[in-house]
Amino acid sequence: MPVVLGPLAGIPPGEGRAFVVGAAEIAVFHTREGGVFATQAQCPHRGGPLADGLTDGGHVVCPLHDRVYCLATGAGIGNEFSIRVYPVAVRDGVLLVDPVDTLQTPHT
Amino acid sequence: MTKQKLIVVGNGMAGARAVEEVLARGGGEMFDITMFGDEPYGNYNRIMLSNILCGIQDTSEIYINPLPWYEENGITLHAGSPVVEIDRASRKVRTASGIVAAYDVLLIATGSRAFIPPMLGLNGPDGKMKPGVFGFRTIDDCDGIIATAKSSRRAAVIGGGLLGLEAARGLMNHGCEVHLVHLGAHLMPAQLDSDGGKMLRATMEKMGVKIHLQRNTAEILGEDRVTGLRFKDGDQLDCDMVVVAAGIRPNVEIARGSGLTVERAIVVDNHMRSVDDMNVYVVGECAQHRGQVYGLVAPLWDQAKVFADHVTGADRDAAYHGSKLATKLKVMGVELASMGLTEPELEHDEVVQFSEAKRGTYKKLIVRDGRLVGGILMGDISKAAYLMQAFDRETPLPEERLSLLFDIGTPPQKVTLDEMPATAQVCNCNGVTKAAIGACVAAGKRTPKAVMGATRAGMGCGSCKGLVGEVVAWFCGGDVEEDPSVHYYVPGIPMAKPELVAAIRERGLKSVSAVFAALGTDGKSDAASKPALASLLITLWNEAYEDERDARFINDRVHGNIQKDGTFSVVPEMPGGVTTPADLMRIAQVAVKYDVPLVKLTGGQRIDLVGVPKEQLPAVWADLDMPAGWAWGKSYRTCKSCIGTDYCRFGLGDSMGLAKKIEGKFRGIDSPGKLKLATAGCPRNCSEAMVKDVGAVAVGDDRWEIYVGGAAGSQIRKGDVLCTVTGEDEVVRITGRFMQWYRENAKYKERTHTFIERMGIERARAVVVEDSDGIASALDAAMDAATAAVRDPWLERVAPKTANQFAAPIPVEA
Ligand code: SRM
Ligand SMILES: Cc1cc2nc3c(=O)[nH]c(=O)nc-3n(C[C@H](O)[C@H](O)[C@H](O)COP(=O)(O)OP(=O)(O)OC[C@H]3O[C@@H](n4cnc5c(N)ncnc54)[C@H](O)[C@@H]3O)c2cc1C
Ligand code: SF4
Ligand code: FES
Repeated sequence: MPVVLGPLAGIPPGEGRAFVVGAAEIAVFHTREGGVFATQAQCPHRGGPLADGLTDGGHVVCPLHDRVYCLATGAGIGNEFSIRVYPVAVRDGVLLVDPVDTLQTPHT
Repeated sequence: MTKQKLIVVGNGMAGARAVEEVLARGGGEMFDITMFGDEPYGNYNRIMLSNILCGIQDTSEIYINPLPWYEENGITLHAGSPVVEIDRASRKVRTASGIVAAYDVLLIATGSRAFIPPMLGLNGPDGKMKPGVFGFRTIDDCDGIIATAKSSRRAAVIGGGLLGLEAARGLMNHGCEVHLVHLGAHLMPAQLDSDGGKMLRATMEKMGVKIHLQRNTAEILGEDRVTGLRFKDGDQLDCDMVVVAAGIRPNVEIARGSGLTVERAIVVDNHMRSVDDMNVYVVGECAQHRGQVYGLVAPLWDQAKVFADHVTGADRDAAYHGSKLATKLKVMGVELASMGLTEPELEHDEVVQFSEAKRGTYKKLIVRDGRLVGGILMGDISKAAYLMQAFDRETPLPEERLSLLFDIGTPPQKVTLDEMPATAQVCNCNGVTKAAIGACVAAGKRTPKAVMGATRAGMGCGSCKGLVGEVVAWFCGGDVEEDPSVHYYVPGIPMAKPELVAAIRERGLKSVSAVFAALGTDGKSDAASKPALASLLITLWNEAYEDERDARFINDRVHGNIQKDGTFSVVPEMPGGVTTPADLMRIAQVAVKYDVPLVKLTGGQRIDLVGVPKEQLPAVWADLDMPAGWAWGKSYRTCKSCIGTDYCRFGLGDSMGLAKKIEGKFRGIDSPGKLKLATAGCPRNCSEAMVKDVGAVAVGDDRWEIYVGGAAGSQIRKGDVLCTVTGEDEVVRITGRFMQWYRENAKYKERTHTFIERMGIERARAVVVEDSDGIASALDAAMDAATAAVRDPWLERVAPKTANQFAAPIPVEA
């Protein structure tokens, strides 16, 4: 079930913000190119806060040790880890995320 | 053609390398490859476990073949799935988990395991090794050791060989008192003689390791977990954990069970094939070739090549002839090279020896019939490259033996690249020779990066990277293709800095997004390029810069330095390290009120409140009510000072006053790299001004020497004297002019010490002091404009720049 996170304007363009949805910590990114993505909040390397990372159209760079992840799939780029991604949508300027466990319904 | 089935048992350094060699010979077309590994990981660089134990590297950094590699190369990997049986009659292997797989060709590369000598009390009641006892062979061993070391006061290491010493060093780094227990009479018996061992012992003791020689451990004490050791002579040693590094034993059980000939290890012929079975090959530490079993990686690489040549038919005559063991090591910070014998064996063996115990230098060579058959170099290994080559190739030595140990009279001489034989190893970790690099260059890889990627040269410990670059250049005959991107200011825009600056000025690009739109490849943005562009735009436009916060690293978004746990540090301004009781009290009150986890004096002479959560930053700044110290960014940082004329009996200038002026003027200006300054009241240099980016040292009569390009961080460099000026104002002016010149011309993250070496101090003097280019007044004006545009970013506590700028993770109802 999608959950309302609040207005998209709560996330400045190009940045991310972290949310706590039930048991899950989710980082939501609003890229400058206009895309919206949701991933697990903590970097699998050493728990870096991904919402504080630098982004471009398709990637986030962890602020602690620069591991790069694909925002759309969660795949690590040039690194051994990958992150969970969550379905996310914007409706009437409001952010909705579905905190389903993508580990159980993996992307292919 | 149907593919043959190649099964590899053992997914360690030799097995995985053998598969790489097979693939490199087109073996992917010939074989369906299946690998079985006992460890639940991809193949990793076991050598680097020492670094992991020391905390220098992280396990994620040592994978050679991470899991996706197997998939990409069509290899089926069963990790965490040990093979328990080989049935050679039906050509099948079976795993503990019940997988049965058939092979046409089998490669056994099961390596070795830690040898745990029999001791009473080794196992707990459950029959497993007693909690607190570890071997030192795998990632899991390392994880266990590190976790236990955290709560241990005193650790014992059994075994005084290379592994034991590395374990001791690692444990020291975790804060344990370390005792090293060794059966023999001296340390590292495989590489050192007794004099060398003695000297190493002294060095280790100086570092705090307690050494117990000629001690035979009879029992591990403790009921549920280790509490100590009992030696054969009855003495006891209390300890909370034990690492056993008493040697290794080849994993040969499954081979023996299948009827292969096993002596010390599995016996192979010159093709690395079992002497009993045409279809079974063996490489690595579990192989015994001509009576030899190896315990270092270099021989394994040669074995892997021979196997691959033979099995793919690339060269059916490929033969392994054994390896001569010569190694360079660094043990507890001591450089060591060792080759062949450690003691003379024959009557006419000649010993050339030098020892200087006080400096820990020891050199010993064993010469037989004019050729080197053994050697130890400790402390100073400058002659190692030459000697290891002479040892390996058995070249006749010069009559003047002294020159074998020292470079006399002439400057230290490297073997020139022309002289270097084709078979000489450039990268010892990965066994890459000069010839292999040549072949790679000939095949079209013309940059060091490309050659390293293809050969793995330089990808082990990394110490040969420079040499690899030189060899590549040599083969390219001066025609090295430079990787053009090394000249780009940022990776995402194919332009060098001057070009980029011109384009930005010409088009009036004032924000990072505008730069990407106009100049980026396909107009695309690139995360890694953003902070460097932001820094450049600030320098170019001052107030007119359009500050898009997403272009900045988190530190510059919330004006603190991010810590490992995601909290931030707060360092208020404290010019010259001078403070007041009132300020100190305010800092103390804030620390108490917000329960700040750590209050620390920094190396930059101010106070750091460490561990403040992001959401508390605005309130902490408000209560401090002091300007930001800019301790987070690529910007002007601090100006340290000493006491100077006000109080010091030697003071020649008011260093505290000048530091305050400098900080007042330059605080907060962005720059390509950090700018750390200092002022010293006399050449005693108590504030270390001679090793700062800019340092002013008073020399009397109101005169100051200005040093630039000093460094005492990861590089150490004494600054060059730019000029000597009269009066504090002149110091501030020249300092500003130099820094502006640096801001405009340095590459991103290029500190002044590299910048000065690139530009030359003469050029700096010409531009900044003599105004050779006629730009001095423009530089001064640009710096004035920059400083005028600086605002205290901590004022964003009342006027945040972006939505939820300082928010903690935002709770929502699920
Ligand atoms: C806080 C402080 C350590 C301390 O408690 O004393 C410190 C802390 C850090 N230093 Fe430093 N350095 C500190 C003084 C120094 C000094 C000494 C000095 O400033 O006089 C040096 C040597 C001088 C120099 O800068 O070269 C120093 C050389 C470095 C370097 C190596 C720079 C180089 O190019 O060689 C780095 C790494 C880098 O910049 O890439 C670094 C990087 C870091 C970072 C920012 C690493 C990071 O990115 O997170 C550390 C932040 C830790 C944290 O959790 O907040 N720190 N660091 C010091 C802050 C001084 C201040 O008041 O501003
Ligand atoms: C801490 C440390 C530091 C070292 N430092 C150096 C150094 O500085 N220089 C140097 O040259 N050498 C060094 N070495 C030695 C080097 O790591 C070894 O020589 C090398 O790893 C041997 O490679 P291998 O493939 O034969 O064995 P391994 O790398 O041990 O690989 C064998 C693999 O086979 C697996 N295996 C075993 N039995 C089975 C089975 N039945 N079924 C499936 N899988 C099985 C094992 O779990 C293991 O993963 C060091 C070793 C250690 C532990
Ligand atoms: S504070 Fe500086 S020296 Fe200390 S661990 Fe961090 S970067 Fe290294
Ligand atoms: S925590 Fe993310 S890269 Fe290290």
